[in-house]
Amino acid sequence: MSTTEKPHTIRTRIWHEDAESDNPFATRAAYCRGYDVYGGMLGHARWVEMLYLLFRNEAPSAVQADLLEALAVALANPGPRDASVHAAMCGGVCGSTAASSLMAALAVGAGQLAGGHEIFLAMEGWDECGTDLDAWRQRHARPDVASGSIWPKSEHAPGFDPHGVSTATSVKQTLACLAGFDCGKYLPWLQQNLSALEKSADCPLALSGVAAAAFADLGFTPDQGEMLHLLLRLPGAAAHALEQRPLGYKNFPFGTVELENESTGEPA
Amino acid sequence: MSQQTKGPNLLQENVGVLKSRMGTFYPGSHVIFRGHDLHTDLKDMDWVELYVFGITNRRFSKEQLRLMHSIWTYTSYPDVRLWNNRVAALAGRSRSTGNLGVAAALAVSEASIYGRGIDMRAIDFLIRTRQQVDEGADLTGCIRQELDIHRSIAGYGRPLINGDERNQHMLALAQSLGLNQGPYLRLALSIEETLFSGRWRMKMNYAGLVAALIADIGFSPREYYLFLFPAFLAGMQPCYIEASDRPEGSLYPIPCADILYEGESRRAWTK
Repeated sequence: MSTTEKPHTIRTRIWHEDAESDNPFATRAAYCRGYDVYGGMLGHARWVEMLYLLFRNEAPSAVQADLLEALAVALANPGPRDASVHAAMCGGVCGSTAASSLMAALAVGAGQLAGGHEIFLAMEGWDECGTDLDAWRQRHARPDVASGSIWPKSEHAPGFDPHGVSTATSVKQTLACLAGFDCGKYLPWLQQNLSALEKSADCPLALSGVAAAAFADLGFTPDQGEMLHLLLRLPGAAAHALEQRPLGYKNFPFGTVELENESTGEPA
Repeated sequence: MSQQTKGPNLLQENVGVLKSRMGTFYPGSHVIFRGHDLHTDLKDMDWVELYVFGITNRRFSKEQLRLMHSIWTYTSYPDVRLWNNRVAALAGRSRSTGNLGVAAALAVSEASIYGRGIDMRAIDFLIRTRQQVDEGADLTGCIRQELDIHRSIAGYGRPLINGDERNQHMLALAQSLGLNQGPYLRLALSIEETLFSGRWRMKMNYAGLVAALIADIGFSPREYYLFLFPAFLAGMQPCYIEASDRPEGSLYPIPCADILYEGESRRAWTK
């Protein structure tokens, strides 16, 4: 709660707007981190440059922008088998609002299995362990004893696939592509030490693990990586939700629930 | 489903299979809710009773249910300044739907300084501390240890003011219902006494009190977390309605000059 002399002001290091002379609420010029958005960036800046600039104080280098764009392509559509896209389609198939489909994708895609919080936890790993393999081994061996959290306990090493057998080709392709940008030390190290890390995690690397390393190489914090991961996976959720709408619920799996025994409610 | 199965075999076993202990509906016939027919066995349950039955699979006394009702009632504030309520109101201001606004408002209620984040820390602290004290630990030592780790005690102190207008009413209700003698409430009051008389000068807030009362009813932390989901709900719709009834865009209008920019100086985009 602000108690400054102007209690209605919002402080920001990101955005500044000049008002039109005839209307204090109309934007004459907007500046993102000092750059004139509509008068200087528009038509010249790439979407990923704007994205990076919003989260960091400086524009990305060319290689950073290239890495972020490649990562955005890799994350753009988790596909209709993914739980977050499934959730979005549940909105689309019955004609729920567009926003609710994206909210559904965000809620489901926020979790610790291929979701935003998995990115956060995996990036905490990069902060803690860096390129020290023994530190990673100790981290993976440490049970999650976090209590008092809104988040459930982790059930697998963040960034790895608990249902995997071997590293999926798509994951290896993404890792090879992103490490090839040579933008930071984590992706190349992950590629070089993949077998040892997978052995330590007791399961193969997942796409979320590649994304976490890429976000770390780009200099993002775990909070920023979590937020960007949520954001960058939305395009596929949106497209699949819209695609299902005209197909309708009759063409979407519904199934039959097989009831298992439930003991009757006992007095507390 | 085998508990030993792992990897893709575990997933393959579950393809197209929906097994549930919780229930299902048989279109045009009946609905099973945790083993009971919703429209015959459970038809006389009030809504909160059904809600906590769904969470816990347990039945509660009418005094306990009365307390649960009031836990929600006493913390439903139709004040647009409150951050979660403001989300609902801003949805009205922007002419979004009520469902979207209130759903988002409930989602942000899972905050770290209020709502579910602090609720989970509060009940966890009480459960851990009771266990430690029962094992012979010194209460002041437990408090110091918690402060060392978190720099705060969940359930004590408050973001805006030290003290909580809800507590006296909730304590009075708990007393009238005979629900104020549980070990967690006694512990919570002892913690308050220690914190307030010590150099910390912190009083118990509503999150601390409710966590204690619900722990005494026997809820697990997860049950408590799910029970509290609609806690602020009744205050949100009024905020949405009022903002929707005002001229569009007229709630929280912010002129350009009210953004205090503290960032980089103007510079040219040269890429």
